[in-house]
Amino acid sequence: MFDPELFTSNFWEWFIISGTLGGILLCFLLILWMSGDRPKSQEEVKTMGHVWDENLEEFNNPLPRWWLWMFIITLIFGLIYLALYPGLGSFKGYLGWSEIGQYEKEMQEAKNAYDPLYAVFLDKPVEDLAKDNHAVAMGKRLFMTYCNVCHGSDARGSKGFPNLTDNDWLWGGEPQAIKTSIANGRQAVMPNGQANGLATDEDIENVAEYVLSLSGQTVDADKVAKGKTKFDGICMACHTPAGTGMAAVGAPNLTDDVWLYGSKKAELLETLKNGRQGVMPAHGDFLGEAKVHLLAAYVYSLSDKK
Amino acid sequence: MAEQTTYNYKVVRQFAIMTIVWGIVGMSVGVFIAAQLAWPWLNFDIPYLSFGRLRPLHTNAVIFAFGGSALFATSYYVVQRTCHVRLISDKLAALTFWGWQLVIIGAVITLPLGITSSKEYAELEWPIDILITLIWVTYAIVFFGTIVKRKTPHIYVANWFYGAFIITVAILHLGNSAAVPVDFLSWKSYSAYAGVQDAMVQWWYGHNAVGFFLTAAFLGMMYYFVPKQAGRPVYSYRLSIVHFWALIFTYIWAGPHHLHYTALPDWTQSLGMVMSLILLAPSWGGMINGIMTLSGAWEKLRSDPIIRFLIVSISFYGMSTFEGPMMAIKTVNALSHYTDWTIGHVHSGALGWMALVTIGSLYYLIPRLVGRKLYSMKLVEIHFWVATIGIVLYISAMWVSGIMQGLMWRAVNDDGTLTYSFAESVAAMHPYYVTRFLGGVSFLMGMLLMAYNIFMTVVGYDPKDVKDAIPAPLAHAH
Repeated sequence: MFDPELFTSNFWEWFIISGTLGGILLCFLLILWMSGDRPKSQEEVKTMGHVWDENLEEFNNPLPRWWLWMFIITLIFGLIYLALYPGLGSFKGYLGWSEIGQYEKEMQEAKNAYDPLYAVFLDKPVEDLAKDNHAVAMGKRLFMTYCNVCHGSDARGSKGFPNLTDNDWLWGGEPQAIKTSIANGRQAVMPNGQANGLATDEDIENVAEYVLSLSGQTVDADKVAKGKTKFDGICMACHTPAGTGMAAVGAPNLTDDVWLYGSKKAELLETLKNGRQGVMPAHGDFLGEAKVHLLAAYVYSLSDKK
Repeated sequence: MAEQTTYNYKVVRQFAIMTIVWGIVGMSVGVFIAAQLAWPWLNFDIPYLSFGRLRPLHTNAVIFAFGGSALFATSYYVVQRTCHVRLISDKLAALTFWGWQLVIIGAVITLPLGITSSKEYAELEWPIDILITLIWVTYAIVFFGTIVKRKTPHIYVANWFYGAFIITVAILHLGNSAAVPVDFLSWKSYSAYAGVQDAMVQWWYGHNAVGFFLTAAFLGMMYYFVPKQAGRPVYSYRLSIVHFWALIFTYIWAGPHHLHYTALPDWTQSLGMVMSLILLAPSWGGMINGIMTLSGAWEKLRSDPIIRFLIVSISFYGMSTFEGPMMAIKTVNALSHYTDWTIGHVHSGALGWMALVTIGSLYYLIPRLVGRKLYSMKLVEIHFWVATIGIVLYISAMWVSGIMQGLMWRAVNDDGTLTYSFAESVAAMHPYYVTRFLGGVSFLMGMLLMAYNIFMTVVGYDPKDVKDAIPAPLAHAH
């Protein structure tokens, strides 16, 4: 019979139980066998009488008592542990302990202890909390626990991870939009050149030149003109004809000097050729609404022009 | 075939010299990656020099190239001298030498290229794994064939440990490296196991690589070179029997302690922890037998730096084999797992135990292989102190940083958030990483001193001076 809780069949269960207990028993027998005929004093200890390699010999000193007791105690401890905790096949142990049980218990205790601390903020608007030092400090601690790995300890992000302090928003900077980003996550899609209908390297080059021109970077006028035609036919669908972006689909504004994947031409070419897939994971189920609310307040406070 | 009158020292010499060469290579890579952890710009943005690729090169080089060559050298020497016969085949022995060097060179090339099975201490891909299997079978034939042909009625205790090591490593290697190649023209293969079973098989292998490669086999080394250098009989025959059988039985179960609090079923974790605790006494049996062999000759600790290498190595062995079972306890493991404490523990075993016992044994062995006196005892003395200071710096830095990491990771504020971000724990490690680097440099310096000392001992030796004649076994002593 296959027991899905074990990952083995019952044969292996008994194999393991008999191997474990049999092995411990063998250790006992080995000690018993070798601890007999203890000589009375050191003088009586003789060598075994065998000689190897001219002068290698062996005394036959008795097993040191302290060592013997240490061995016996660990064996007995092992047996007690296996009676109390899961170990012998599907026997659960008399304490009823399990890893998942311990996890759930600790999580429940944490929930009971910490949830009330966060629940009090739920009925206050994010805008107000962003001005409340206590709430911002708690939000910052949440941020340092869950968000800083990608967005950085200073929330300024890095390549591929948005800066949250600059008042430039991919998915909208209103409190509700920030909460939605945190709770549900975001999946940005910049299709690759092939999918976008920018089939040739020349097309990509031209569009890159045009995009650079939008933020006032030095460019080749001829390529810009060709690139604009493509842009107006393809890219404007998400980035708008003016290139100012669209928060509904997370399309960035191309006319400012904020660049998620870099403003160098090489980086732009890479974006156009291979596309980009920015992912913000969903945290709603994991953190619960109150923590999302407080985190949104902290993030909002970072760029809130008071 | 005519009766052989001399021992095969050639293959022992070859392996002994390569032990020092690979030791320096492996430890240099270790020092470099230790520096990378302290100063990450040393990755130079070159993939072949990145930590992720050089770390397996370091572990493979020190365990299998340095440790492996040391075990080949000493086991071939010990089995011949304690059986009073020459190795059964010079050709097969030579095959193991050249084959093993080929495996190592394969590792030196493939690992920096990023060719890896990604299984810790078993990163080499399937073509090299097959070569290892062939070499290992040849090794077993040479070793056990020599035992069978022995002139002594009993098998000396050192050979039990070498024998257990050879058999078990064969089983571990075949079990864990079972994989399906993507195709026969590709290096890439996928493990025969999936998910948590793969993890369990990996740590069954991984922990027993420690247990049999780095412990049982080096105990074999200890059981020959300690009584030889001390000129004293082994302390207790019956203790060697109890700890041998108990050690090889319990070690094989201890692997699951590497997977505490993971998807591994509860019962497996418990068995791993219980067997790891029971392992303490059998491990210490070897320590007692090694150290107590010196009883009646304690003054040699002061006068003989080679004995000091050997006895201090056994002390580090005792310390690591206490620390190991302690770290296998779930509540301790919850703090120590994934921290630098583990790295410190491994190095107190690897530097303190296996490297020091190897160094001591080689200082005994190499002069006898060339029929000369060691060039400088003074340099051995200096080597001892430089190496010991290096180890102490290394492991104490890792204890502090490991426990600090564990405490920083689990510290929470009154509102349940983390007190420290992960990046803060990384920044806090910097001074300890620098200390660890200095410890590594110190240990490596000692190896360079040894290389010089051995070079001066060996260079231009006269084969006529080598006393490799096989003596007749002595009859019963009383």
